[in-house]
Amino acid sequence: MELLTINNVWMMICTALVFFMHTGFAFLEIGLTRQKNTINILFKNIFIITAGLLLYYIVGFNLMYPGDFNGILGFAGFGLDAPLADGTFDLAYNEGYTYWTDFLFQGMFAATAATIVSGAVAERMKIGAFMIFTVFYVGIVYPIAGSWQWGGGFLSSLTIGDAEGFYDFAGSTLVHSVGGWAALVAVYLLGARIGKFNNGKPQAIPGHSIPLATAGVLILWLGWFGFNGGSVLSADPEATSLTLVTTCLAAAAGGVIAMVTSTVLYKNLDLTMFLNGILGGLVGITAGADQMSPGDAILIGAIAGALIVFAVSLVDKIKLDDPVGAIAVHLICGIWGTLAVGLFGAKAGFDQFLVQFIGVLCYAVFCIATSFLIIYTLKKTTGIRVSEREELEGLDAHEHKMDAYPDFRLNEH
Amino acid sequence: MKKIEAIIRKSKFSNVKKALHEVGVNFFSYWDVTGLGNEKEGHVYRGVSYSTSDIQRRYLSIVVNEDFEEVTIKAILTAGSTGDVGDGKIFVSQVDEVYRIRTGEKGGNTLK
Repeated sequence: MELLTINNVWMMICTALVFFMHTGFAFLEIGLTRQKNTINILFKNIFIITAGLLLYYIVGFNLMYPGDFNGILGFAGFGLDAPLADGTFDLAYNEGYTYWTDFLFQGMFAATAATIVSGAVAERMKIGAFMIFTVFYVGIVYPIAGSWQWGGGFLSSLTIGDAEGFYDFAGSTLVHSVGGWAALVAVYLLGARIGKFNNGKPQAIPGHSIPLATAGVLILWLGWFGFNGGSVLSADPEATSLTLVTTCLAAAAGGVIAMVTSTVLYKNLDLTMFLNGILGGLVGITAGADQMSPGDAILIGAIAGALIVFAVSLVDKIKLDDPVGAIAVHLICGIWGTLAVGLFGAKAGFDQFLVQFIGVLCYAVFCIATSFLIIYTLKKTTGIRVSEREELEGLDAHEHKMDAYPDFRLNEH
Repeated sequence: MKKIEAIIRKSKFSNVKKALHEVGVNFFSYWDVTGLGNEKEGHVYRGVSYSTSDIQRRYLSIVVNEDFEEVTIKAILTAGSTGDVGDGKIFVSQVDEVYRIRTGEKGGNTLK
């Protein structure tokens, strides 16, 4: 009982840290966009965490953890139902944490996937369409995708040679790429913001509060202590400590290398690239945070940091408009982190790499197909993009009839 | 009486203010302005270079008696200069009358 108590306390702390990441996402997204869309972004973030938790209660948790199932799709029923052991009510269904903790910890993760999309579609997507998308993506797509691995589905038992099962420790693919693929599809279907491309050349649309963006990234880093630390699923001293070390080293390396790369390429010390680099490192280490040595973690983070800089400019080059760099951070670095499990650390090997690659492909197909289906249907029915006038004057004024800073307006653009 | 208006660099404001106080000009108004000009500021944001022609400057409006005109202009010219393009301009114009609202009196005495 004592062990359960200790483990459970740690898991609840991690749950709270992952919850706090939503503050980080909100700050980062409003910081990197213009002040006329601030309310809209905050509204989306608040909707995601509230609706996300309720949806996870109603269907999500039991879609993601259906117990014994066919490996692709299972559902253990609506709502929560604490399991019975030997005919008695038993919350302590393993040594790591209680049933309730499991629900809340996983519920905090679920909302993250839609938050990633929120930043990418910022400043031009209709709020109603976004909310409908969120309901389907967080309520149904994310849990089904999660069940394939964390719920004991077909990817968790996919065996090739020496490699036994796809490995994604805390969600480089299951959370970040799942959000990232949808972000890619949404950005493609939405089109770029007015003014982003001038005669095909990408233009800068600077964010309105770099201090908020910075606070957001540091909060996300703190949240990752819970995101990865909690994914140990117990308070096991060795595993949690190592995981936090690899997580933080990868974040640091990602930031430094992104900073150096962007300075060499663009001859300026761009803080926003530095910040995205930290996030890239964090997303990159997430798939194998408990499998890596500190040295491996630094390498994985460093490569993620360099990838960020090239990916941000690649996204610009193919005429996609991603105001906050969500595709570069969550999709590209998510894929990188997942593949890195086959290249570095305890599980490294060709067979494992192959399994990781197959896993990435499965999620790519599923997430692209489902997000395309949802967003394309919305585009053809309700519409997904605000009018030109609404976009120019700001979503706050039109979608919300509110002003984020009524007493503070220096720039109107 | 003369109105001396000057557009200066914000970074030179405290210098100019000090120089004006030194020559006995203690009362004036100022506000921040945005304008367009020859100076372009280069920026890079997330790998994309852009330049902005919006220039932030401070606008001073000083009304003085004729005998203060020259020292005031000289103080601004000296204290506001960096030698680079974009140091700003001074405009001098005639003021017909000045009233002190508290007492109703008018003329050059009100500026002392």
